[in-house]
Order: sequence, then C-alpha cells, then structure tokens
Amino acid sequence: MSTTADPDLGTPARAGTAPTDPSPPTSRRRPRRRTPRYSRGDRLTLIAMAGIPALIVLTFVWGPALASVGLSFTRWNGVTPAQFVGLANYEQITTIYPPFWPALRHNLIWLAVLLLVATPLGLLLAIVLDREIRGSRFYQSVFYLPVVLSLALVGFIWTLIYSPDQGLLNQLSGSQVNWLGDPDVNLWAVLVAASWRHIGYIMVLYLAGLKGVDNSLREAAALDGAGPVQTFLRVVFPTLRPINVVVLVVTVIEGLRAFDIVYIINKGTNGLELLSVLITNNIVGEASRIGFGSALAVILLVISLAFIITYLVQMLKTEDR
Amino acid sequence: MIGQILLAAVAVVWLVPLLWAVYTSLRPYAETARKGYVSLPERLTFDNYVTAWTQGDMLQYFVNSLLIAVPAVLAVLFLSSTAAFVLARFSFWFNLPLLMFFTAANLLPQQVIITPLYRLFLELGLYNTQLGIIVINVAFQMGFCVFVLSNFMRALPEELTEAARMDGAGVWRQYWQIVLPLTRPALAALATLQFAWIYNDFFWALVLVRDGDKMPVTSALNNLQGNFFTDNNLVAAGAVLVALPTVLIYLLLQKHFVAGLTMGANK
Repeated sequence: MSTTADPDLGTPARAGTAPTDPSPPTSRRRPRRRTPRYSRGDRLTLIAMAGIPALIVLTFVWGPALASVGLSFTRWNGVTPAQFVGLANYEQITTIYPPFWPALRHNLIWLAVLLLVATPLGLLLAIVLDREIRGSRFYQSVFYLPVVLSLALVGFIWTLIYSPDQGLLNQLSGSQVNWLGDPDVNLWAVLVAASWRHIGYIMVLYLAGLKGVDNSLREAAALDGAGPVQTFLRVVFPTLRPINVVVLVVTVIEGLRAFDIVYIINKGTNGLELLSVLITNNIVGEASRIGFGSALAVILLVISLAFIITYLVQMLKTEDR
Repeated sequence: MIGQILLAAVAVVWLVPLLWAVYTSLRPYAETARKGYVSLPERLTFDNYVTAWTQGDMLQYFVNSLLIAVPAVLAVLFLSSTAAFVLARFSFWFNLPLLMFFTAANLLPQQVIITPLYRLFLELGLYNTQLGIIVINVAFQMGFCVFVLSNFMRALPEELTEAARMDGAGVWRQYWQIVLPLTRPALAALATLQFAWIYNDFFWALVLVRDGDKMPVTSALNNLQGNFFTDNNLVAAGAVLVALPTVLIYLLLQKHFVAGLTMGANK
C-alpha cells in the first residue's frame, strides 16, 4: 500500500442517511471541498486499520490464489525444485486424467439443479410466506433450520435416510436401491439433500428482499387490474434485481464449493466426483502433485471469477447510483 | 388455503430427516436390528449418546471447536470492523477497489487456494496447529464481515464523527468510542453467523490438520463414521450432538442469525 506517499488523504465521507433509510448513500464520489490535515498518528492509524486486514487477506487468500496460477505451469513435488512445464498439466487433465470430465459434468449438474430447481423453490416459499400467513414465523424457522447445519452434517443425516439396509427410504418402500452407492443415482440423491439446505437459504434472502418491496407498487398494480401472478412477474420481480444477483452468486458459489457432503458420503468417488474433490486429493493423498493440483484449482478459479466479476460489476453500479 | 396446505406439507418433508435422526438416535441398536428402523419403539434411551460421547471422544472435539471458533470470531470481527471503518467513514481513492478486494476473496471456493496454502502453512509452521485454522478462518471470512460492516457504518449519520473530530478526537477514538458502539447490532448478527460458519467448517481442518486429536468436531465427523461402522443409531446420536450447538444458537438467536445473512444480501 502506497498511501503514505499520497498527499491527499481524502475528506471524511459524508454518510447522511439514517440506518433505516434503504436508499444507497451517495457520499463516496462527492468532490472534496477541503483537505483536512490528519496528524501523523492518525495517518498511521488509518493505514494500520485498513492495511493489516488487507495484508492478512492478501497473504492467505489472494497470494495462494495467484500462486495457484503460477504453480499450474510447473511440475513440483514440494521437495526437489519446481520445473516449468508450460501447459502440460492442463493437457494431461483434459486428455489422460479420467475423473476430470465426470467431475466437471457433476459440477455443472450440481449448478443446474441448484439454479433451476432449488432456487425457484426457495423463491416460491418466500412468496407464500411473505403473505402474512398464519404460522409464518414457525414455517420460516423450519425451512431455515437445515441452513444452520454444516454440509458435512447434512451428508451424515441423509445417510440415515439413504442407507441401503438401515435407511428410512428403503425400509419404508421395500426398495433395494443403493441410493448412495449406485453411480447412476447417487448424484441425484445427494442433490436432494443439498437442495434441502439450499432452498431455506434462498428463501431467507428472497424473504428479506420481498419485505423491502414498496406495498404501494402492489396496490397500484392491483388497481390496474393485474392478477397476483402478473403483479409478481411485472412489478415485484423486477424490483428484486439486486437480490437476484446476490442469489445467483450465492448459488453458483455454493455449487462450485460443494465438497463436504460428497466427501462425507464416499470421499467423492464412484459417481460423486467434483472438481473440489480432485483438487483436494492432490494434497490429502500421498502423491504430492502440486502443479497438477494447482492447474485443477485454476480451472475452478476461472469459472468462479466469471461469476464473482459479474457480481462486482453489479456492486459498482449500485455504488454509483 | 392452498398456501397453508403447501406450507404444512413442505414443513413435514423438511422436518423428517431431522426428526428421523433424533428418533433413530434414541432407540437401542438391538431393538432396531430385530424390528427394523421403521417400527414403534419399545424403549427409548440416551445410551447411544453416552456411547457416542465416550467412544467418539466428542468432548475433546467440542473443546477444539470452541478453541478455534471463539478466537476466530473475535479476531475477524475486530479486524474487519477496523477496515470497514476506514472504508465507510473516509473517502480515499482506494476505498472501492479495497472493498472489492475483501469481498471477492470471500467468494472464492476454498479449494482454489488450498494447494499453495498448504505449502505456505508448512513453511510458516502453521500446518497442524489450531492457530493455523484460526488464521485461515479469519482471512477467509474477513471479506463478508468487511462488506456487511462497511455498509452498516456508512449508514450511520456523519455528524457523529464530525462532532468528535471537532472536539479533537483522533481516528482511533472516533472508531473505538463512537462508531464501534453504534455498530453493535451488526456485530451481534455477524458474531452469531460467523460462529456457526466457523464451527461448521469442514474443509480447512481436514486438509491443514493432521492429528486427529486437534480436529474440530465437524471435521472429526469423518472419523466418527469410521468408528461407528454400520450402527446407524450411533451415527444418528453423533449427528444430533454435533448439530446441537448451531441449532441451539439458531433457536435462541434467530433474529441475529437471519439479520446477519440478509445484511450481506441487502444493500
């Protein structure tokens, strides 16, 4: 950080909005009217207050993320010096590394199910609960309950449902399906469990968004003769745009991060391969293939960044408004 | 009316896995082996909990989790509140880039950074230590906390710090005596949420801790399953025990919990 060399340590931000005011503060880009002089002590305090947290994030998050990119072009076992091999790791991953394409496919299916099934269901629950129904608070608590559990625990709990001999599902239905062992069905079974958690999460986000929608909008639409569905699609949904972006990002990130649940169930093998598992196997396993693992990580990084950047651009727009 | 029926039906479906876990955990293994799991109980006992607790070394794991989560929550709230204060109450050219720098870091999948992080931890002597797990949780959760807190602090009236400044209060006093006390609602919400998230974390300890006796309880689940072979009653008791802290926090502090989450989404 080169802030010490910067002569204009800016003016204090004007944040004139009360905590309850939902309109975004318009203060940040305001032209400076005066240049307050900060004492040396104040400058150092400011630098430390922002700098130390930034340094921690740089060292332990962004540093390793960048290092992944660098290391992905090398072959390194962690002992002998790393060797530059160009794109060889990427070539191996896409051509002769059997679990890669299945893992990528599973990640995409995971994303698709969360986005196209779980998220709309979460929205639907939010819409129903937003209408001051009796027991609304109770239902909210119930739907949100799985969200407070870790995904590892969700995997644990659902094995009690899915286990072939002792599980609820087979004991109840008399079926012989090996829900978590059969590679043709286990991904879908796990996705039911993952959605069970995800739907509540999305519901809470949308519920908060819906509470913020101005009721006069709805009333105006009703006066114009719009039905409830029309009102929602034409009037309410468009105002939820910022929430939609957050939900999209949260969902995509959850989809790409998916790991715990499959790792608990079968270490992410036999139909449950995911990119996150393949990366981890290069560290947890005995074979320390740092370059190879990094290349896998970069593939996941690139996919994630596409969505993170979309989100940040949206954030910028909101800031500028 | 349709709404009511729909909600009631979904609520039942939602509760089944949890209630089933509780029910299974309360039944003796011998009885379920004889009658099957879908059967009326002759006897309900806490025996499985006792066995899970002792055989699974649960106390140790719970203590480990506390030793990680409590310092990590305190550290991340303190550090992110100082950064948020600078970002929210001053207008420097780097404010927006820095806010993005923090926020985006929290959105990366953990696995993206794990390979170099593992090497870094070995170099720094953080590998296989609880301090290491605290550090990475703090670093990783910082982005979310900075984001939420800076939004909150920016909405506080400017006159507050303005008046303090006129009285000659330095930057630190403006932060510590004026802004931070007013940020308490956001801090409470974040503390609740962060405690649950860090308690729930499975991945960091799985990769960055080697010794079983240093594992937090969520990561130790992995071993529990092996220890309990195919005794679903024990698995269920273990699962309920591990779920208990976050479920209790949620039931007691539901308002904070949900507020923390939606503060991150509603800006």
